[in-house]
Amino acid sequence: MAEMAFDTKGERVPDEQLKKFYELMVLTRTFDSQAVNLQRQGRIGFCVPCEGEEAALVGSALALRPEDWLFPDYRSSGVMISRGMKLETILAQLMANSEDPSKGRSMPSHWGSRALNIVPPSSPLCTQLPHAVGVALGAKMRGEKICTIAYFGDGGTSSNDFHSSLNFAAVFKTPTVFFCRNNGYALSVPVTRQTASSSLAVKAAAYNIEGVRVDGNDVLAVYYATLAALEKARNGRGPTLIEAVTYRLGAHSTSDDPTRYRDSAEVELMRSKDPISRYQEYLKQRGLWDEQYEASVRQTMLSMVKASIANAEKVPQPGVRSIFDDVYAEITPELRAQADALADEAGEA
Amino acid sequence: MVVLGEDVGRNGGVFRATEGLYSEFGPARVMDTPLSESGLVGVSIGLALYGMRPVAEIEFLDFIYPAFDQIVSELSKIRYRSGGEYSAPVVIRAPYGGGIKGGPYHSQSAETFFTHIAGLKVVIPSSPHDAKGLLTAAMRDPDPVIFLEPKRLYRSVRGEVPEEEYVVPIGKATIASPGEDLSLITYGSLVPTALDAAAKAAQEGISIEVLDLRTLIPLDKEAILESVRKTGRAVILYEAPKIMGYGAEISALLAEEVLDYLKAPVVRVGGFDTPFPYVHESIYPPSVPRVMKAVHSVMNH
Repeated sequence: MAEMAFDTKGERVPDEQLKKFYELMVLTRTFDSQAVNLQRQGRIGFCVPCEGEEAALVGSALALRPEDWLFPDYRSSGVMISRGMKLETILAQLMANSEDPSKGRSMPSHWGSRALNIVPPSSPLCTQLPHAVGVALGAKMRGEKICTIAYFGDGGTSSNDFHSSLNFAAVFKTPTVFFCRNNGYALSVPVTRQTASSSLAVKAAAYNIEGVRVDGNDVLAVYYATLAALEKARNGRGPTLIEAVTYRLGAHSTSDDPTRYRDSAEVELMRSKDPISRYQEYLKQRGLWDEQYEASVRQTMLSMVKASIANAEKVPQPGVRSIFDDVYAEITPELRAQADALADEAGEA
Repeated sequence: MVVLGEDVGRNGGVFRATEGLYSEFGPARVMDTPLSESGLVGVSIGLALYGMRPVAEIEFLDFIYPAFDQIVSELSKIRYRSGGEYSAPVVIRAPYGGGIKGGPYHSQSAETFFTHIAGLKVVIPSSPHDAKGLLTAAMRDPDPVIFLEPKRLYRSVRGEVPEEEYVVPIGKATIASPGEDLSLITYGSLVPTALDAAAKAAQEGISIEVLDLRTLIPLDKEAILESVRKTGRAVILYEAPKIMGYGAEISALLAEEVLDYLKAPVVRVGGFDTPFPYVHESIYPPSVPRVMKAVHSVMNH
């Protein structure tokens, strides 16, 4: 690991920034762990944690500019946290309460925000990739120097939309970064079963796009790789496919039991390569970490998350009538009649 | 506003629908795309998210299925799943229906796959005048619109088209020919057939009101109910396979809302429930004799 951290201009990354990477990864780990607990207690219905992938998500998200557009998939809490989404807002989506910008419409972990330029995903994989290309194309046509980033896993690289999106991005030379978290598994299917290609990054060659393979558990390597891809895109040199090699330490979701298809010895081995522990060691060598700092960070993050949960749980769900809005720009008479009928059944006004 | 699709640019579209646009507006706004319907629809969604107004062409409706995921999972639901924070006002144009010796993969009428998906609008003009007015309306609509063009009528129907800009409102049917005895409810490719049948019926002393729906979703419920309350008889005419076709919805609607006004059962004249064959194409779609058979059975009930 590098002794010093430099940005792409060769300037040293300030110590506070180096610590920020750590703190955001710890916050992500803490938040996800608390969210899984909420699900086990029946206080939320479902969620998708990203344990083990914090470096890939935090490192890449921090490389983005505010004007860039994000097209996350559903394993993206680290991105939301790094982008600055309030914890109460992240929880609002998990709880489908009335402070959710999406008005409780989607299954938990499908976050979006107009203010943060995050387009909420659907559940089918990689359907958002061509959208990332289209927004980038629109920006390019208007001469606006924004980039788009689309997040997906190793499984997504087998999808139809992955192929057509890389093709379109290359043909139209759009400022798009395709960020693949290769976490080793598409639910239960290991990446060795997903493709016969020698890597996921190599797939970019078919479209004449640069494919970059990065250690996804090294938060600084991810940060720099993403930053380089974004600068390249921003300067009109086209799209990049980044394969961040990482490992899914937890289950696919709160509905998954990975002991059915995965060896606990493998998980324990990969746990020894935990990205947070690795970075902790790096900060220690740099003189930026000690036990006191560690205790303080863990304590702060845990209190923050618990306080946010307490706040979010006080917020009510939206009324049943809200289900009938936003189907079209204007509600139709038929939908209004359906809303009346359901409100009546639910005993609401 | 941008146009995108396969062969829409330099070639002007295989049906010449985009002819002249490339030379006037250039490749930046009239884009020939790679051969991927899901890609071109997905990219159109992205352009719309960013604030552009894309008009995407699917070369034949029969080829829309790779884009079906993008249309159902994404286009129809982005406004909804974002709580209204994002929207995707995309127009997807596609020629539909048979009559050009196209066989099973250049002749399909698949409109009801799309009328069944909340969040989409489905519009089908039957005349040059309405094609311009409805397309203008579609391009200005804040919601995604599937705009189906009856390809059989591209060359066979002529009509006056005003030079100036005008809009035919989406969601409004029109009485193509007024009548008193029977409501013949139809759209798109079979409107000329319906008018021919009405003329024939008039010779027999039967006064048929031809209602051209023009928009399938949102449905102009009031226009349909008003017509059937007046005539008491309804025949629904469509080229798509009869089973589970659009006529089934109208039939159910009439039974629910105007049963007391009906003097006879509601009859559907739809296409046959087979893939669209190449052989015998001229006699395959609903014909004037088939419509008259239905008219007579309803009148004589």
